[in-house]
Amino acid sequence: MSIVEDRHRLSDGLAVFGTVPVIVTGMTWLTESVEPAMKFHGSLLALGGLLFAFFVLTNGKSLATTTSGYVDGPIKVATVAAIFWGIAGFLIGDILAWQMALPQLNLDLPWTNFGRLRPLHTSAVIFAFGGNVLLATSFYVVQRTCHARLAGRWAPWFVIWGYQLFILLAGTGYLLGITQGKEYAEPEWYADLWLTIVWVTYLLVFLGTLAKRREPHIYVANWFYLAFIVTVAMLHLVNNAAVPVSWTGSKSYIVYSGVQDAMTQWWYGHNAVGFFLTAGFLGIMYYFIPKRVERPVYSYRLSIVHFWTLIFLYIWAGPHHLHYTALPDWAQTLGMTFSIMLWMPSWGGMINGLMTLAGAWDKLRTDPVVRLLVVSVAFYGMATFEGPVMSIKAVNSLSHYTDWGIGHVHSGALGWVAMVSFGAIYCLVPWLWNRPGLYSMKLVEWHFWTATIGILLYITAMWVSGITQGLMWRAYDKLGFLQYSFIETVEAMKPYYVIRAIGGMLFIWGSLIMAYNVWRTVRGDEAVDLAEQPRVAAAPALRLQPAE
Amino acid sequence: MFSYETVATFSQVTSLLMFIVMAIGVVVYAMWPKNGPVFDAIQHEALDLDRGSQKPVRPE
Repeated sequence: MSIVEDRHRLSDGLAVFGTVPVIVTGMTWLTESVEPAMKFHGSLLALGGLLFAFFVLTNGKSLATTTSGYVDGPIKVATVAAIFWGIAGFLIGDILAWQMALPQLNLDLPWTNFGRLRPLHTSAVIFAFGGNVLLATSFYVVQRTCHARLAGRWAPWFVIWGYQLFILLAGTGYLLGITQGKEYAEPEWYADLWLTIVWVTYLLVFLGTLAKRREPHIYVANWFYLAFIVTVAMLHLVNNAAVPVSWTGSKSYIVYSGVQDAMTQWWYGHNAVGFFLTAGFLGIMYYFIPKRVERPVYSYRLSIVHFWTLIFLYIWAGPHHLHYTALPDWAQTLGMTFSIMLWMPSWGGMINGLMTLAGAWDKLRTDPVVRLLVVSVAFYGMATFEGPVMSIKAVNSLSHYTDWGIGHVHSGALGWVAMVSFGAIYCLVPWLWNRPGLYSMKLVEWHFWTATIGILLYITAMWVSGITQGLMWRAYDKLGFLQYSFIETVEAMKPYYVIRAIGGMLFIWGSLIMAYNVWRTVRGDEAVDLAEQPRVAAAPALRLQPAE
Repeated sequence: MFSYETVATFSQVTSLLMFIVMAIGVVVYAMWPKNGPVFDAIQHEALDLDRGSQKPVRPE
């Protein structure tokens, strides 16, 4: 038996052995917990462990024959998972949007009320959709730019499947009423611990792949991915420090209290935006745009300044979420100042992404995938211009707690994060499944326009609604009384809520078109407009050589 | 013991100086003339821009 086979047997054994504590913990909760929801989560955990052990035992042989080349299996799973969770998350968001316009749609049931569905929506789109896109693209990019196979035999698989289990634990928990009440960090202590295990493995796989690279230098996209992985680990650990009431119960208490808890939460919350939704997706921008247009990044020097200034500045911007609260005034001003300074890296990065097309602007007209990527960068610039404006205290006194904030996050989330993700998925699918191109470029075109119009309806409705709301709340009559009752402000919002919900429907429609297009491409159906697709649409092995 | 004001001022001043030093350091590194060709090479290698196909992969 060769050394390689020995190593494989050892890693197979360790992978199966590793599922034992998971199954035992799950079974313990199933039998010992007094909470039905916790029993259910125990059974999910045990089932997850059993399925992974079964997966290792049945796939070991097929993996053993492929010890060279890139590891693309886990990337394919994450890509499909991203599309699935994306559609689910967008759909829940739109149901919520309709509930805002027509409250009877909450059906008077505990599981479908706004309070439980809202974290389900935010977690599904940020962590399930966005997270799977980041897992898929980071594993793809780190291998290609390092010219090295992904580190670990089962570890990348564990990261992908373990992350899906985390999503299930978190999402079903919200519906059953399990939450620690921290925005964007709602999962309870045991789901947090599970994510920690998955995330540390992710970091080790990423670092291990960087360590065995063939290139002397680490390409800038990997710097962004690494910053995302490391910072999210730190944020997650600090913000979720909690003491469980019982080892077999879901409830825990956060160790911080009062304004310290609020500051820790928004240090986490804003950096979830800065490092999860920005740094990670900038990694996508710095790989997929130059790769798709086949030109180097406009200025690699600018990308280095972009990276370090973004990292230095973002981490301090959190206090702008706590203007006019018990937080010390100097800390609020600090958060505002750093937010304004963030204009520099944001716009530097946007210019760098856009100018990568210099001399190839025609691709914007001919390749809708390039258009998705480029429009996403334009939305990145717009959302990161708006954010610092809203962090200015005087502006914040009008905008905070209004729909303007909801509009702002969606111009970032739909316009930047989702659009750059769609662009990356359209690149990845033919590359991963070894196809000569996408099934249909026309459908990408349709996706682009439905999504763009949907986003525009969404954010313009929320601007009008938010500013109206803010102005109505602060309007006084000549005797110094509030001019409007709260319910009058709610009534004034109704038309905008309907427009927003229609915008959301268009966005979902676009994502369904994408799912259909991806399904036909993966199935291997002949492309309907292959002649109109650029040569980079094809998988690397099937690409025509560029004309001399 | 130190007062709240002393600790807050100390942290504000030291972090301001740290930021200035880091910002200068990054700009100097990025703009250093000798680094220009190195950065060009990094990109072309990492993105396989000069090759029709990809470079061989380092195996397991």
